[in-house]
Amino acid sequence: MYEVIITRPRTLAEAIDLLGSDESQPLAGGQTLIPTMKQRLAAPETLVSLSGVKELAGITRGDGEITIGATATHAEVARELADSYPALAALAGNIGDPAVRNRGTIGGSLANNDPAADYPAGALGGNATIITNDREIPADQFFGGMFTTALLEGEIITAVKFPLPDAAAYAKFDQPASRFALAGVFVARFGDVVRVAVTGASEEGVFRWEAAEQALSGDFSAAALDGMKPDAVGMIGDLHGSPEYRAHLVGVMARRAVAVAAG
Amino acid sequence: MTEVSMTVNGRPVRADVPDNTLLADFLRENLELTGTHVGCDTAQCGACVVHVNGRAVKSCNIFALECEGAEVATIEGEAAPDGTLSAIQQAFQDHHGLQCGFCTPGMVMSAKALLAENPEPTEAEIRAYLKGNICRCTGYHNIVRAIMAASGQDVSNIAAE
Repeated sequence: MYEVIITRPRTLAEAIDLLGSDESQPLAGGQTLIPTMKQRLAAPETLVSLSGVKELAGITRGDGEITIGATATHAEVARELADSYPALAALAGNIGDPAVRNRGTIGGSLANNDPAADYPAGALGGNATIITNDREIPADQFFGGMFTTALLEGEIITAVKFPLPDAAAYAKFDQPASRFALAGVFVARFGDVVRVAVTGASEEGVFRWEAAEQALSGDFSAAALDGMKPDAVGMIGDLHGSPEYRAHLVGVMARRAVAVAAG
Repeated sequence: MTEVSMTVNGRPVRADVPDNTLLADFLRENLELTGTHVGCDTAQCGACVVHVNGRAVKSCNIFALECEGAEVATIEGEAAPDGTLSAIQQAFQDHHGLQCGFCTPGMVMSAKALLAENPEPTEAEIRAYLKGNICRCTGYHNIVRAIMAASGQDVSNIAAE
């Protein structure tokens, strides 16, 4: 690891102030950032550790919604939402491995927006609102393609607000070595409105599969998606799977998710 | 250099370290606790798993400064001072849960975390929990068998090879 300065602010105001410099970057759980720095794919001069900032911690239950602090770990979400939002708890509880889940955070995952990460599908499919130190951003406007988000320089996620759905589930086909998604589909039904978000598959990162949403809004059953898959154009092709394979997997994962959610 | 203090295996420790010091390096280089192994250094192999405030973490993927004030437990804290192995360590020996032994410290610390959360895990639960711990020798069967035995369960039905 190259030389780096680590600052450990105690308050959000202090953290934002420290992030004002061009060469500083927030450090959440570090489960992606630290390996990335070791490989020199990122080389910030200063890390602003968010783990001691109390305003970013904790999970609160409101009227029909749950607000998750940015530094909540995947393990915390898996434990604490097991009864109140089992689909999101299951998503968090199957990220990476247990040790990674004890450090990795929801804020870090969403801010990184890895095209094969699980949380972007949960946030977009779950119609979450990403709360920052400055504003509230609907998930539909937050994700901007691979590793790109609406966050501005010096802006950080403070919490993520999820409306509680009537039914939801996440189905993921793991790449077994990395445990990232080769295709992951989060399905959520809010009354007559159904949202279907796909991760792992597209060159553009997480996206909503609108044809599936339309098919499911009249008939929320796996059968409503029989034979459906998204266009393979724009899907990721690599040694793990061709674009056609990934498009096929998206259809299969969507049907599995709906079968669980509707069951 | 920044001062960091934490408790490691019940012993308070304090040192001035460069900010980029990873917990694994702090344990190995500063404290000479070389039982924690660094295999991949990219947070995939799990040989470096230790507990921070009771939770399993990959010590190559966390800065020592992030552990300020924490309770850290490593493999060196597992056996009794007289050398008597812990139940998990003894089960690894009894069931031949290691060959070269490089992954074993991480395996034992992950197993300890699992049994703290889930005292009687199924074979499938053990295998799922060890997703982040890679062993290149054993093929895992005897590791799974050892963890099941350490939890007091019958191991006669676990696949032998």
